[in-house]
Amino acid sequence: MNNQDLNINKEYEHGFTTDIESIRAPKGLNEDTIKFISNIKKEPKWMLEWRLKAFNRLNSLKEPNWQKPKYPKINYQDLYYYSAPKSFSEKPKSLDEIDPKILETYKKLGIPLVEQQRLNGIAVDAVFDSVSVATTFKEELTKKGIIFCSISEAIQKHPDLVKKYLGSVIPLSDHYFATLNSAVFTDGSFVYIPPNTRCPMELSTYFRINASETGQFERTLIIADKGSYVSYLEGCTAPMRDENQLHAANVELVALDDAEIKYSTVQNWYPGDKNGVGGIYNFVTKRGACRGKNSKISWTQVETGSAITWKYPSCILQGDNSVGEFYSIAITNNYQKADTGTKMIHLGKNTKSKIISKGISAGNADNTYRGLVDINKNATNSRNYTQCDSLLMGNKCGAHTIPYIKNKNSTSTIEHEATTTKINEEQLYYCNQRGLDQEEAVSLIVNGFCKEVLQQLPMEFAVEAQKLVAISLEGSVG
Amino acid sequence: MLKIKNLKAAINEKLILKGLDLEIKPGEVHAIMGPNGSGKSTLANVLSGKNGYEIEGEINFDGSNLNDLKTEERAQKGMFLAFQYPLEIPGVNTNIFLKTSLNSVRKARGEKELDTLTFLKLIKEKAKELNIDEKFLSRQLNVGFSGGEKKKNEILQMKLLEPKLSILDETDSGLDIDALRIVADGVNSYKNKENSFLIITHYQRLLDYIKPDYIHVLSAGKIIKTGNADLGKQLEKTGYANLS
Repeated sequence: MNNQDLNINKEYEHGFTTDIESIRAPKGLNEDTIKFISNIKKEPKWMLEWRLKAFNRLNSLKEPNWQKPKYPKINYQDLYYYSAPKSFSEKPKSLDEIDPKILETYKKLGIPLVEQQRLNGIAVDAVFDSVSVATTFKEELTKKGIIFCSISEAIQKHPDLVKKYLGSVIPLSDHYFATLNSAVFTDGSFVYIPPNTRCPMELSTYFRINASETGQFERTLIIADKGSYVSYLEGCTAPMRDENQLHAANVELVALDDAEIKYSTVQNWYPGDKNGVGGIYNFVTKRGACRGKNSKISWTQVETGSAITWKYPSCILQGDNSVGEFYSIAITNNYQKADTGTKMIHLGKNTKSKIISKGISAGNADNTYRGLVDINKNATNSRNYTQCDSLLMGNKCGAHTIPYIKNKNSTSTIEHEATTTKINEEQLYYCNQRGLDQEEAVSLIVNGFCKEVLQQLPMEFAVEAQKLVAISLEGSVG
Repeated sequence: MLKIKNLKAAINEKLILKGLDLEIKPGEVHAIMGPNGSGKSTLANVLSGKNGYEIEGEINFDGSNLNDLKTEERAQKGMFLAFQYPLEIPGVNTNIFLKTSLNSVRKARGEKELDTLTFLKLIKEKAKELNIDEKFLSRQLNVGFSGGEKKKNEILQMKLLEPKLSILDETDSGLDIDALRIVADGVNSYKNKENSFLIITHYQRLLDYIKPDYIHVLSAGKIIKTGNADLGKQLEKTGYANLS
């Protein structure tokens, strides 16, 4: 075999570490740690009580183990649950007060926080380990009554909204990782869009894990009030380390009558090296409630990073005529594993859901689509369309499709389509013969395969995502 | 243009080409005929640089030693292979594929890459010449194309990329008379003093439309006979068996 240029393996681009002094909670998971977090964030008493309630629940829960990717036992007492740059013991009032090293970090990641370099038309909340370091475009948004800030700030400044909605989609006792998050969550974003308001720009959060031996427990809450619209995007990166790091996030979305939330994720956590050492465990609970009539929640995810990705962004379609959508690209290369998909729970009448999943597996990786379509007895005339496509590269990887369908209503329509294909040497040879090099050829074929999902991303990010798709698969054909 | 000296090629330790010599000068049209299993497609694959072959001997293409070049570099230098079985690539729009392809070849030639508008104008003209419906260009590459449509698409790509040497690997197989004529017209319209062709075929019928300067008979990995256009007609009467 003439393995021309098949061994290119581009290093993980965002794998650097920022050398910065940080304040950490003492190691270990216990009430003191939770009190430490709550105290350092100057939280009101009700928030601490809520956390402790979750912690008590946690003691009676077990880690789930029905998932395909198995992982070594996590020693929860050997982790740090809070880490923040020292300079943040008092939250900086303006960008001038932020440690230049952190600004530099975000600049390197392509997320400029400084005034004059801001991304055009995109407001960013930047989360560094356990704290939000800056939120841009705040004033412009405030004028429209839109609240976009860190969840820590929202707990202090908008307690009524937080009390009303936090935990209303993912209950305290939902499952092990979600409950763990409720006990120890550190930061994340909060969004509130007032009635009949269309958010004038993309809102986005950029998560960065920097500290070692630290778990990141992000919490995001987005509320779209009646007749409002918001498009939100999150991105994530982490340094290259030999240890596995845990990222257990909870994201809750609430859409009231006639409201629409579009939530996009470009997940590029460190995937581990090519032998499967290190990388992030991305165990995330994302759930949206279409609480009002005619509401819509659309999840788009491009999952390229992490050693293990385990998540099912879901929609609870409560309101009549509400719509849930899930568009997903999950790419696993080398020894990465993914078990991802969605749950569409149809409760209201005439509810509709659409699932488009594209799984790409290369190297020794394993990729599972797992999804639930659950149509309840009152969900008359509801519809679901599911399409799951898998693309395999090479002979050592795996792809699995596990669709669960529960239907308790005879007026509903459910469609499911699934395909599995393989990129073959012949296709690549054909592209090469037309002058395309190996990288261009793989990128063209894979992007073609993912097109329906990439089209769902906001324009500014679609190009980035396309590049990321190509980079994640470099060196995977041979 | 192309000079092959004592070329040997093996795949999976099986020797297929057993010492082949061939020279093609600019503007010449050569045809290779021969029975099944004689090594015709292997020759096309080896020339275009397909993986998997053990190669001995010299191949010189337009001043470069081909053994040093990757498939895409050969393509960028002006070698084109019209595939016997063009590949389907789902999800990839034909126009986007053609544009990416043309621009990588143009870049290698030191020419400016074409923007989308200029490209679309160009491709529409070329498609019209070959009687290809524009709608094909916005479909997924070769997906659901009939055999004839796929072959026409190959000729379209040839005319778009403007290669110096075009290798046609059994482009006539699976074509009806009309498609055959369109393909042949496409080739003839691209023939000039500089562009060379290597046409691999089983049958004389394509050579009724595209007149070769030379016909070579390939048998058991070697060229056993070379002649002019009349050789093809003779072969049609007598078959390969009587040659030795």
